[in-house]
Formats: sequence, structure tokens, C-alpha cells
Amino acid sequence: MTAMTDDSIPVTPRAIHDEMIAFGIMTAALLIVPLTGIYPFFVMQALCFALLACAFNLLIGYGGLLSFGHAMFLGTAGYVSGHALKVWGLPPELGILAGTGAAAGLAVITGLVAIRRQGIYFAMITLALSQLLYFIYLQVPFTHGEDGIQGIPQGHLFGIFNLANPTILYYVVLAGFLFGFLLIFRTINSPFGEVLKAIRENEPRAISLGYKTDQYKLLAYILSGTLAGLAGALKVFVAQNASLTDVEVGMSGQIVLMTLVGGLGTVFGPVFGAFVIVAMQQYLSGLGQWVTVIQGAVFVVCVLTFRRGVVGEIAHFFRRSL
Amino acid sequence: MQALYAQLLVGLINGSFYALLSLGLAVIFGMLNIINFAHGALYMMGAFVAYFLLNVMGIGYWPALIIAPIVVGIFGMILERTMLQWLSGLDHLYGLLLTFGLALIIQGVFQNYFGSSGLPYSIPDELKGGMNLGFMYLPIYRGWVVIFSLIVCFGTWYLIERTRLGAYLRAATENPALVRAFGVNVPRMITLTYGLGVGLAALAGVLSAPINQVRPLMGENVIIVVFAVVVIGGMGSIMGSIITGFALGVIEGLTKYFYPEASNTVVFVLMVLVLLVKPTGLTGRAA
Repeated sequence: MTAMTDDSIPVTPRAIHDEMIAFGIMTAALLIVPLTGIYPFFVMQALCFALLACAFNLLIGYGGLLSFGHAMFLGTAGYVSGHALKVWGLPPELGILAGTGAAAGLAVITGLVAIRRQGIYFAMITLALSQLLYFIYLQVPFTHGEDGIQGIPQGHLFGIFNLANPTILYYVVLAGFLFGFLLIFRTINSPFGEVLKAIRENEPRAISLGYKTDQYKLLAYILSGTLAGLAGALKVFVAQNASLTDVEVGMSGQIVLMTLVGGLGTVFGPVFGAFVIVAMQQYLSGLGQWVTVIQGAVFVVCVLTFRRGVVGEIAHFFRRSL
Repeated sequence: MQALYAQLLVGLINGSFYALLSLGLAVIFGMLNIINFAHGALYMMGAFVAYFLLNVMGIGYWPALIIAPIVVGIFGMILERTMLQWLSGLDHLYGLLLTFGLALIIQGVFQNYFGSSGLPYSIPDELKGGMNLGFMYLPIYRGWVVIFSLIVCFGTWYLIERTRLGAYLRAATENPALVRAFGVNVPRMITLTYGLGVGLAALAGVLSAPINQVRPLMGENVIIVVFAVVVIGGMGSIMGSIITGFALGVIEGLTKYFYPEASNTVVFVLMVLVLLVKPTGLTGRAA
């Protein structure tokens, strides 16, 4: 096994001060979106994907684990939330809880299997596990196969907030995103986060220092999967459906792409990347399959020319931590 | 019983494709340290090249069996020269990401021009018809695929494990710097190795064209199953890849007969079981 060098996933020196300022700017910008006349559904969708990409980035950027199956959490949470809301008639808060909880349970089970191998094998195993889930969801009755769960009611959050109102829904989704983002931010700046980074840099050394690295990796995996599930549960209220598209390999690939474009291992990169990719799909949707080709080309260009991602390159250029 | 034998045969055929593909993946990983996500897309290209040869140039199945792997192999070597070689020394994950992007590009382009439906490719006249074996009816083409794949697999095994060229290759896998010091052109060997692995994928594509039709996404699901095969078998040994590929194909075929609902998932379930019992894979060494 080769030692990690400067050429591995880039590490930027971190300074919490820069990140706080950037966080303030981002939050302020997101808070005023409904006043600007930007189509709120676009921003809501992008926020769900941003949370998803941040959760994914927690694993790859700080734990060095590339999951090629994160769509399974998105899809599972979507199906369970959708079913809970539509068939069981649960209120939104319990629907979100059910979806997120299901993703957490899935993360515990798949995590115990996947963390048994590192590096490239971890990626292949998570990919295979998500494909296993895909075929299960294709066959079990409650997902309605190719049709998916359609027309999911949005309801009233805590019996007060009418989520059918786009502005209210927007702030609820934003609150969910900020909750997840801050939790990840807190995690990577905690002693736990430092140990994760140590494992990424040199796992044998971390083991020799007495850390039970498998437990750290499993915990990071569960946290990541759970927050990806939260993103999936929130997305149900935005899209009002849950379908097989969210469990497909292509979706997992998009999550990877968002994080790669923004910058692996940067705090704000996944958010930036999610907005870019969602916008790209929105504006290029008339091009049909060429969107896939363009996404592939973005992958290739990113890997060959700017591996730090857009945010990572900016941070590197200005010697700032973002 | 007829149905059971028929499914066993289907399993053996899928097993041939798994073996050819996982063999190529293992050879490429050994030399380039890259998991070639584009393998499924290149398998598809092999089938399409055979299709073009027949329908545009009137070149039949037998020449295509040789020409298609060479054409796709050259395409692969160009990819290696222009892109993959710049990744040497980087984290393995970047190779996976780059080849995933390449797979998206290749599959997207073909989908644009040919949609998602299958194009027919007929069985060559010499292999049409079937034989009655007493206990089952054997379509000759299917028997041919299994036997020919076995020959190619063992040929590759012989090339790598028993020839001088293979010895260079194995040595370069272990310690490229030292082999270079002996005057062997290692970068060229790496390019040729990628061409070889990709050529095997294209060959599998040509073999599968008359059975599965020629579709732009024919490699998309196969590659994920092959990844699971590789996790189960480990990439440490050539023979391991071949045996695991065939064995899993047969198990999949048996599942189709006994419990068809699970036939899509059985390989993945087996992967989970193997990971729980022996995380390094059946033949793999600790990575």
C-alpha cells in the first residue's frame, strides 16, 4: 500500500475564522432568496443535494472513504418518508424522522459490511450494496416499482406551518440544511474529526496510537448516511415523489461529481458543487443524453486539471481555508 | 429438468462474461492501480464495433472476433496515453473517478445516436442450430461461447503466469522501478496491459452481441456485478478471477431456476456473506 503523499486528496490548513465569515455570508444569502424572485424550488432542490454532498464529503474528505452508493440513503429515506406521509398519514415531522431513521438503520447495517475493506474496495462494495438495494426496491410492493410513490402530501409541520406554501417550505428546508451543515462542521472540528483525519492520512499509525479505527470509520459512516437520509426526507417535500431514480448508480455518481467539482475535503465545496450541478441539469435539460456526456467530461476535466475543486482552488490561491 | 439445464447454461454464459471482464479488471489493476470503471462501456463498444463491421462494411462475425478487440484495445491505449497515465502516483480513487467519467461519456454518446433499445446481431451460419444431448437441447452458439471463453481465459492465464512476457509483467506489478532498471520499457508495458484488459472486455462484448443484442447500456449493470465478483474473488490471482467469474455465473443461473426473485441480487448477497466471513476475498491477500 502506498503512503499518502501531497498528491492524495488535498489537505488545506484550516482556519475557523475564515470559515465563520464564509458561513455568515452563505447563510445571509440563503435567507434572502425568497425576496429576490429566484425560483425557490430550484434553490430547495439544490439545498437538499448540498446537504447530501456535505454528508458524502464528511466520509471522503475527512475519512478518506469514497462511497459510491450514497444514493441508497437518499432513496431509502425518500421511500420511507413518502410511505409514512401518504399511506400512514403521519405528520411531516414524524415523516422526516421515519425517513432519516430508516437511513440511519441502513447505514448501521451496510457500514458493518463496507468498512471491512478500505480504499478502492470500499468504493466497489458500497456501489454493489446500493445496487442490491435498487433491485430490492424494484421488487417490493410499497415502492410501486417503476412508478414510484407519487403525489405525497406535504401537510402542516408541527400542525402550524403549511408546507404547501413555497416560502414556508423553503425556510423549513433551509433550516434542515443548516442543521445538517452545522452538525458536520462541528464534527470535523471536534477531536473525533481530528482522529478521522489521522486515519485518512495514515491508518496503521492511528491504529498503533491505540485508536480503534474501525469504530471511528463506522461512526462517521453512520453519521454521513443519516444526514444523507435527512436530505432525502426533505427532498420528498420538495419533489412530492419518491422514485427509483434516487436509488440509481447515476445518482450516486452525481453526488460524487458535486463534491468533486466543489472540492473534496473543503467545507463549502459540496454546497457550491451541488448548486452548479443542479443548475446545469436545469438549464441543459433540453439536451437529453448530452447532459450525461457533459457530466462525464466534467469528471474527466476535474480529475485531470483541478483536483482541489473550484472552492479548493480559490482557497488555495488566496491561502484561505474554506 | 430441461429448464434447470437451460438456466445452468445461461449461468455458464454469464459466467464467461464475468470471468473475461473480471480478468481484465484484475490485470489492469495489477499494472495501473486503477479500477477501470469504463470496463462496461468498453465491453459495449466491442459489441458495437462488431455491429458496425457487419452492417457498414459487411465484415462478418469471425473477423470481428479479432478486429473488434484490436480496435477497442487501441482506443483504450489512446485513453491510457492521453489521460490515465497522468494519474500514476495519485490516490487510487482518482482513477476510479476518471474512468467513471469516461464511462458516462462513452455510454452517453452511444445512447444519443442509438437510443436505449437493442440492435439485433445474428448468429453466424456455422454456429446456428442446436444439438440434442439427450438430457437437453444445446444451442450451438451458446456452447461455443462457453468453450471459447474458457480457452481465452486460460490463454491469458498462460500468457501471464507461464511466459517470459508475463514474467516481466508480474515483476513490473511488484516493483516497476527495479524492472525499469533492467532496461524494460515499463510505461509501454502499462499501455499494452491496458490494451489487453480492454481487448478482453471488447471480446466479451462481441461474444454477447448475438445473445443479448447490442445496446448502449448493456455494460452498465454488468460492470457493477463484475465489481462484486472482484470483491468476492479478490484481485490477487488470475486463476481466482476466472474461477470466481464462472462459479458466480452458475450460482446466478441456479438461482434463476430455484428462486427467480433473487436472481438479480444473489451475487451482491454472496458478496456481503463473503465480506462477513473472509473480508479479504476468497483468493485475495490483505490489501
